[in-house]
Amino acid sequence: MFRNNYDNDSVTFSPQGRIFQVEYAQEAVKQGSVVVGIVSKTHAVLAAIKRNAEELSSYQKKIIPIDSHYGVALAGLASDARVLSNFMKQQSLASRLTYDRPIHLAEITARIADRAQTNTQHYGKRPYGVGLLIAGVDSKGPHLFEFQPSGVTQEMLACGIGARSQMARTYLERHLEEFDGSSREELIKHALRALKESLSQDKELTVDNSCVSIAGIDEDFKLFDGQDMAEWLDATFDNKDGGNEGGQEGEAMETDEL
Amino acid sequence: MASVFSGAPPQSGPGYSFKQTPTEAPSGTRQHGFYPYTDNGGSTLGISGADFTILAGDTRHTSGYNINTRYAPKLFKIGGEGPDNKGASIVLSVVGFAADGEALKERLDTIVKMYKYQHGKPMSVAACAQRLSHILYGKRFFPYYVHAILGGLDEEGRGALYSYDPVGSYEREQCRAAGAAASLIMPFLDNQVNFKNQYVPDSGSGHELQEKPRTPLDQNHVLELVRDAFTSAVERHIEVGDGLQVMIIKKEGIMEAFHPLKQD
Amino acid sequence: MNHLPQAWGRPRDDVYGAYDQSHFQMGGPNQHTQSPIVTGTSVVAAKFKDGIVIAADNLASYGSLARFTDVKRLRKFNDQVVVGFGGDVSDMQYLDRLLNSLDIRENYGSDGTPLNAKNLHTYLSKVMYKRRSDFNPLWNHLLIAGLDGEDKPFLASADLLGTTFSAPTLATGFGAHLAQPILRRSIPDEAAVPNVSREEAVLLVKEAMKVLFYRDARSMDKYSIAVVTKDGVELKQDEKLESQSWAFAEGIRGYGTQVN
Repeated sequence: MFRNNYDNDSVTFSPQGRIFQVEYAQEAVKQGSVVVGIVSKTHAVLAAIKRNAEELSSYQKKIIPIDSHYGVALAGLASDARVLSNFMKQQSLASRLTYDRPIHLAEITARIADRAQTNTQHYGKRPYGVGLLIAGVDSKGPHLFEFQPSGVTQEMLACGIGARSQMARTYLERHLEEFDGSSREELIKHALRALKESLSQDKELTVDNSCVSIAGIDEDFKLFDGQDMAEWLDATFDNKDGGNEGGQEGEAMETDEL
Repeated sequence: MASVFSGAPPQSGPGYSFKQTPTEAPSGTRQHGFYPYTDNGGSTLGISGADFTILAGDTRHTSGYNINTRYAPKLFKIGGEGPDNKGASIVLSVVGFAADGEALKERLDTIVKMYKYQHGKPMSVAACAQRLSHILYGKRFFPYYVHAILGGLDEEGRGALYSYDPVGSYEREQCRAAGAAASLIMPFLDNQVNFKNQYVPDSGSGHELQEKPRTPLDQNHVLELVRDAFTSAVERHIEVGDGLQVMIIKKEGIMEAFHPLKQD
Repeated sequence: MNHLPQAWGRPRDDVYGAYDQSHFQMGGPNQHTQSPIVTGTSVVAAKFKDGIVIAADNLASYGSLARFTDVKRLRKFNDQVVVGFGGDVSDMQYLDRLLNSLDIRENYGSDGTPLNAKNLHTYLSKVMYKRRSDFNPLWNHLLIAGLDGEDKPFLASADLLGTTFSAPTLATGFGAHLAQPILRRSIPDEAAVPNVSREEAVLLVKEAMKVLFYRDARSMDKYSIAVVTKDGVELKQDEKLESQSWAFAEGIRGYGTQVN
């Protein structure tokens, strides 16, 4: 019977030049619920679908504010994301302390990328099982970065990662031209619509299963969660009862702790 | 010099001709050329009321007889969002060695910010107060040369004020003055806030005398006391002056005000 | 007779004086800077409407000896920051190297905004405070002059203790006593800054340099002066003090041939 001999650790290449452990880690990202991010000339927005592990549990945390100018959205292992976001928080505070300067998004992204890469080249280590979208504003304007377990990072105009994110990406690609000139409100609406695309037909966005965040030039990073989501959902899907509790939809969600 | 080479017997009476040979490096004789502290003058004061706490400090920054600057704040918001500490509800005032004060502020601020990040809720003043004590005691043998006062609102919404010595011993008080003019301001506060040496008129003599009962003070009244305390201190202390920075902590948030003081 | 073997065969203390044991000592405790050696004197600086002027003379003294007469004590960091150094010259040169490496690190990638004066002052004050806390101070008093994040004039100081402060005019060392009052007469507070033109500020700082040369025995008449505005740094390193007048010396006891 076939057995893959090249996936026992993350330091061994397969004869085809692949590192299976890294690819498996990327699968973990695909298991996580979808998150999307978009940037305009003035704003950077993140939106996420939240799952609850079971009916009686709370919903997961998908967007983590790091500093007053940026935050991250995660898809994959939440515990790995916590390790990374703690590191990012520390680095951000250190930048403010030593230089009195908010850290650049490109800089912080490079720093977690270096950490992730290290995990793929040391025996006994394991790649991070999480993908991140890093969005916010620094002295060079609004930014969106994508981070993958392999240590690959890219600056994006719009991006979606996680389960069935292809649908969201298709939406983003179709509307790419509109993003750059979008207002704050339009950008959030785009993000929520992209999110909606990745949902199966019978499911809706509710105040419980979604959240968005926005950062802009002269506007601090802000996370909208719970009832704060109501107005955004109402504005985006005007006919829908997005502001209601939406317990039914939650029931229909997959029960997956990723 | 002659006597040194004279070969004459020791003049200082009987004894060994050699001193005890030193067994350790003669480092005890070398004096330290670097003293890591200085006093940057100024004074701070805090008073807590029923539902508010007021902290105040002058903004003069001195080295000896020099005025380095007329505006160097001694009051810092702790643990709010971002660099401007938006939404903070705790204020730290530090007076003494300004560089240590600044370092202490940044350590406490970082800790309180990390607490909020990790626990998803702001730190209580009581917890922050104890943490500050531990930070100060952690440098017990190379202390932060500052007198700190921490102000905020406690869990019941009452004004909370904590004062510290440089190595971390602390207590919650109604009022406290610190720094260069502490000895000028504190007796005034004892009398006006805690009504020391004030008695109920005609309540008797000797042990019969009844102390004037302590009542919570009105916010505007406290503000007047603070401003009077500083205008008086400016008259009598050369290291106090230029400007008065005041912060009032209430449940609605922190109000900040600046009042000019004499620049002489 | 001394019965302690350590003393045998040694010269007698009562005849030759105590033997200096320190010559035997090999390691001993780490020695840190206990005093500055070759020193620069005052640095003066003043804000004006849309920038800042900073000046320092080109002398490095060895005690009372005017040892090096061509030492530049203003360092341009980038197009918006100049650092002025007072105090120990070797520590200044160390900080110069430190700033070089910082600059290289900062510009390694092509993107990123350059450090402004406020960023650099924060950084340098941390360096100074760290070194004083290690009991190994950098024996300097620095002025950091330039523009802050909003392109407004920025002026602040950091010294060997890590003490920091900011004001519309600043002067280190002797200048704190002699130049600062003159500067403050023209620019008393932050509100006065928008009314000061570049020409006025340059004239003011030059006047302060002249007074310092008249009265500071460790100063000289060759100096560097820099103006930082949004258009960049204009640094002149070989200025001579102009229109000196020593006529006042006649009236002062202790100068020239007049003895008392």
